[in-house]
Formats: sequence, structure tokens, C-alpha cells
Amino acid sequence: MLKKTILRVVSKFLIPFVLIFGLYVQWHGDFGPGGGFQAGVIFAAAFILYGLIFGTALLRRVLPSKVTRSFLVIGVLLYSGVGVFGIIFGGEFLDYSVLARDPLKGQHLGILLIELGVGITVAASMITIFCAFAGRSPNRLDEF
Amino acid sequence: MVVTALMLSRIRDLFAAAILCGIYSLLGATAYVVMDAVDVAFTEAAVGAGLSTVLMLGTLALTTDKEIITPREKRLPAILIVLFTGGVLFYGTSDMPHYGDPVAPVHNYVAPRYILKSDNEIGIPNVVTSVLASYRGYDTLGEVFVILTAAVGVISIIGRREGKAKTNKINRMSG
Amino acid sequence: MPFPGLFNYWIVVILMMIGLYIVIAHGNLVKKIIGINVFQVSVFLLYITIGKVAGGSAPILDQGIEVYSNPLPHVLILTAIVVSVATTALGLALVVRIRNAFQTIEEDEIDQQEKTG
Repeated sequence: MLKKTILRVVSKFLIPFVLIFGLYVQWHGDFGPGGGFQAGVIFAAAFILYGLIFGTALLRRVLPSKVTRSFLVIGVLLYSGVGVFGIIFGGEFLDYSVLARDPLKGQHLGILLIELGVGITVAASMITIFCAFAGRSPNRLDEF
Repeated sequence: MVVTALMLSRIRDLFAAAILCGIYSLLGATAYVVMDAVDVAFTEAAVGAGLSTVLMLGTLALTTDKEIITPREKRLPAILIVLFTGGVLFYGTSDMPHYGDPVAPVHNYVAPRYILKSDNEIGIPNVVTSVLASYRGYDTLGEVFVILTAAVGVISIIGRREGKAKTNKINRMSG
Repeated sequence: MPFPGLFNYWIVVILMMIGLYIVIAHGNLVKKIIGINVFQVSVFLLYITIGKVAGGSAPILDQGIEVYSNPLPHVLILTAIVVSVATTALGLALVVRIRNAFQTIEEDEIDQQEKTG
């Protein structure tokens, strides 16, 4: 862990705002610029900042690798699940118009859900990748 | 941007190169804003300037940050190939529609439909989101799977030792 | 010819060639990945340039705006950027593994080790 007091205090102060901004981008992707991809990256950036400042061990205590790995899959499942729901309700795969009585509302709901799926997967994969890199100790050799 | 890219090709210190790469991405993001692609600029700023730089620095921490100089005789064919390809591409640009040309072929196919009808069909203002999520939902699903695959790949290449490294250390200590 | 004209495409080609040069001429694997990144950004720039409509605004529907830029290239590039970072991560992971196995990330030295070892 780094002993830099300023870095630690400032990042503790910043991380909640980064998380809130990530959520804002996630839910407002349909009105302004933003969406699942960006939100996922911003959300992951908050955790990566935490990992950079406080060390990956603490990050792994907040988010065990099991959690990130399952979120990785949950996002994809949510996305394709919405698609399958489209079929169940009598439409085609990834047809959101049938999700609600009003096609427009259905489209809106579908887009929100799949953007959420995208966001979850992107965030989880970025955190996983970061942890894979940061979790290795430098210059350690594999025994082949 | 060109200057940054040139510096990138010249510089030997990989740490500086990684930072320059971030600057290059950020400049790219600014260019996208100028060309009205706010969503893209957003992503590029977050991903290119932020995450890739972190990942590159992580790699450099795990490897080394100095590059040895490529011998000159190896560089000459590279320059020739690059000049030739560049020349052909330059010739190709002469057939491209001019910047901002409203009658260019790209703008006359499905794009007007997206812009005119998506308000009635999808009902959300951001056309990029509605095309991304609804009209081209299959594509996006594919992209999500690509990201999943990449993450799984990274885990299987370098991530799986997190637990094993500890046991190795313990074995070494006891043995 | 009005000023921007084909200028953007020239910039794209120049950037692309710099990226290609880095990939071909440099033996360092991390440098090669940086070169691929440079190349990728130039392709993104090409697409966004194609999508621009003169006098248009960002493709977010609003009252009183008549001309929008083409949203389709934006969508394509949006996903391409995220995929590019995923592939970059994968490439860097491979570099880390290669370094662990060969003690070096220079192509020539790896070749030598392959021949002698």
C-alpha cells in the first residue's frame, strides 16, 4: 500500500463521485451521450483507482474474484436473456417491442436492460483484467 | 496528433511511450468531439486515455521499460513497405467524398431512416443508443461476447496464478 | 477546393502508416502493441470523418435541429473501441507470459533463444 496521504485522502473523496457518475452515464445513455460501454468503463475506473492506491489485496477484499467473474457472466446472460424474453413473449430474438404493452415503452425497457447488461460485463471484465495484471508480482518466473 | 504519433515511433523509453499513447488517444477524443461523435469521444477518453494506459503501465511494471534499438538494415524494408502502402492509400483518398459532404453514399442508405424514424419507433432521443441497442442489437451482443472472451482469455493466460502463487511460495519456504 | 476537403483522410493515412511502421520495424512487443493502437485510432478517425455531415449536430434528437451527423459509424466505432481495449489487454497479457518464459520482450532475442535452445 502506498503511504502517500494526499493521494489516499483525495481518492477516497473522489471514488464515490466517480461511481455516481458511472451510474448517471448508465441510466442517462438514452437521453445524452453515454450508455453501457462508457458507464462500465467509468465504473471499473473507480475500482481500479481504489486498487492502484490501496493495493489489489484490499480491492480483492471488496470485490473477490468470484464476484467479478460471476458479474462477467451475469451481464452477458442479462443481455441474451432479454433477447430470449422477446421470443417468449411472441416476438423475435432481441425484439423489445413486446416487453411491455406499449411498443415504445417496451423498447425503452429493453434498451435499459441490455445497456445494464453491457455495463455489468464491461465493468467486470475491466476489473478482472486489471486485477490479473496487477495481481502478478513482477519478475516472477513460471516453472515450466 | 501526427506529432504525437511520430514521437511514439521514435521514442525508446517505453514508459514515456505508454504515456504518449494516452495523450494520443485523448487528442483523438477531441477530434471526435469536433466531428460530432460525442459518444465515441466519451468512450475513447475513458478507454483509450484511461484504461489502456493503466494496462500498459501494468505490463511495463511486469516486464521492462527499455527498448533496444532495431538495426538499421531491418528498418529500410519497413520504410519501403510503409511508403508504398501509404502512396496507394493516398491515391485512394482522391476518390473519397469530401469532408462533411451531405450527399456522400454513407448518408443515403440506412442512416436517414435511423434519424427520421427512431423517434417514433424507439422513442429515445440519443440515436446512437437506439441504433446500438435496438436496430443493431445482434452486433452489440456479439461485442459483449468478445469482451467476455477477452476477459476469460486474460484470466486463463495470466490470472489463474493468483491462488497458486501463494502455495508455491509456501512450498518454497517450507522446502 | 474548400479547406477540409480530403485533409482528414490524409491525416488518417499518415497516422495509419506510422502505426504500420511501428508494428513492422520495432522488435519490442509492447511497442508493437502501441503501434497497433495507433493504427486502430486512425481507423476510428476515418470512420468518424465519414460520418460527419457539414452543419450537422451530434445525433441526439432535439427540437429545432434539422441536420444530424450519421449515427451509424459512431455506433460501429463505439463498440470497436471497447473491443480494441479488450484485445490490447489480451495482447499485453501474452507479452507478460512471453517475458516470463523468455526473459525478454524483444523479438530478435526470442528468435535466438528458439534457435539455440
